[in-house]
Amino acid sequence: MKPADFRYARPATLDEALTLMAGEGEIAALAGGQSLMPMMNFRIAQPEVLVDLNAVADLAGVTEMDGTVRIGAMTRYSDLARHDVLARLPLVARALPHVAHPSIRNRGTLGGSLALADPAAELPAVALALGAKVHLASTHGTRSVAADDFFQGLYETDRAEDELVTAIDLPAATAQETYGFHEVARRHGDYAMAGVALTRRDDGLRIAFFSVSDRPVRAKAAETVLRDDPTKLDLAIEALDEIDFTGDLNGGPDMKRHLAGVVLRRAWAEVLA
Amino acid sequence: MTTHDITITINGEAITATVPARRNLVDFIRQEAGLTGSHVGCEHGVCGACTVEVNGTPVRGCLMLAVQADGAHVTTVEGLADTGRGHRLRAAFQTHNALQCGFCTPGMLASALEYVEGGGTADRTAIREHISGNYCRCTGYQAIVDAIVEVIETGEGA
Ligand SMILES: Cc1cc2nc3c(=O)[nH]c(=O)nc-3n(C[C@H](O)[C@H](O)[C@H](O)COP(=O)(O)OP(=O)(O)OC[C@H]3O[C@@H](n4cnc5c(N)ncnc54)[C@H](O)[C@@H]3O)c2cc1C
Ligand code: FES
Ligand code: FES
Repeated sequence: MKPADFRYARPATLDEALTLMAGEGEIAALAGGQSLMPMMNFRIAQPEVLVDLNAVADLAGVTEMDGTVRIGAMTRYSDLARHDVLARLPLVARALPHVAHPSIRNRGTLGGSLALADPAAELPAVALALGAKVHLASTHGTRSVAADDFFQGLYETDRAEDELVTAIDLPAATAQETYGFHEVARRHGDYAMAGVALTRRDDGLRIAFFSVSDRPVRAKAAETVLRDDPTKLDLAIEALDEIDFTGDLNGGPDMKRHLAGVVLRRAWAEVLA
Repeated sequence: MTTHDITITINGEAITATVPARRNLVDFIRQEAGLTGSHVGCEHGVCGACTVEVNGTPVRGCLMLAVQADGAHVTTVEGLADTGRGHRLRAAFQTHNALQCGFCTPGMLASALEYVEGGGTADRTAIREHISGNYCRCTGYQAIVDAIVEVIETGEGA
């Protein structure tokens, strides 16, 4: 199907984009379009105004300072995959090839993935596992939100309607850091049936699941178990009962519960290896 | 209806038209430029039949608006035929029966070309992962992978 009619604007600066986002009516930012355009073609989304962010230079680019990597919202998956900084973001490097297919990664953006907050998407869970910070801006000013507080439900985030995600901060990996990632999908590149991303650093262990609930979720009880004793994997898997499992087209909550244990077992083996 | 005056250079030829904001790139290519080699399948990014190169990068033609490609250079399967780029790949598709109905082929070639020109290896799993976003309902993929492997192993470019 074709999208319904809309007005289209292509601002060149962040200020212009924010002014447009603050306008009247139903307004949507257009990043890579790899989720928004399908939704518009299906007419699940019918925005009156599209604010195309592709010409806003302030939203692109990667910088690194004091152990923090800042990635502009409009950074495309494939640009990130080719970037030197990936050497300091091994978990991101591990997850990226699982996000969709090459020609979709050529357009899709990190900011778009976070703003959409698809519960089955890889990078929101990676952001959670890394303890990322999401930067937001509107005509009222700027603020930043911890990934832990950003994802609030099915396609729901802390972002206000007139706000844009401008960048995301990720901690560069330290020498002691270990990480794990595993997902099960029907076919490479498809959305996962269940997946997990985790990091173990001096200051703790963070385990984030995707495609098991209505949003990317931390498994805090399991984190405590494995932090205290890395051999207590079975106990940690039992502790996953804390998660509010929800089903999707792939299966019901029981299957998600089962797969969560499977992916944690495989990802944890990677951490210990 | 909101319209825009845009110019897109398709296979080296500048095409200027007034289009509705909602016109997608692959429809522009087919309707305004009259080039019907790029196909329209699912219109939601899943099948890959609409894959074309925009400024040298393969993208989904159904998920990009024509107005977003204003000023860009687009290459379609017709453009590849004109310039001879990818001719070894096309010949290998033919020898290996890597197409039957041919609906997926223009998009499949765009993805395969990105892989071969990007220095991809003859590893069958890696090839399958790279073309995972292109559906083929006829061949069962085996012959497509065979064709790509042959082009890489005989090592004279795409
Ligand atoms: C066939 C197919 C398979 C896919 N498989 C996967 C997969 O396995 N895993 C996965 O994670 N994703 C997958 N995707 C989705 C893909 O990763 C998208 O690129 C991503 O979800 C959205 O990024 P985008 O830049 O394309 O955003 P868009 O589609 O442009 O936007 C998505 C939403 O976010 C809003 N938005 C975008 N950027 C901003 C911003 N900076 N500030 C505020 N709001 C913003 C938009 O208004 C819209 O509501 C798939 C897509 C397709 C078509
Ligand atoms: S028509 Fe574009 S991916 Fe199917
Ligand atoms: S040859 Fe018919 S779909 Fe591929």
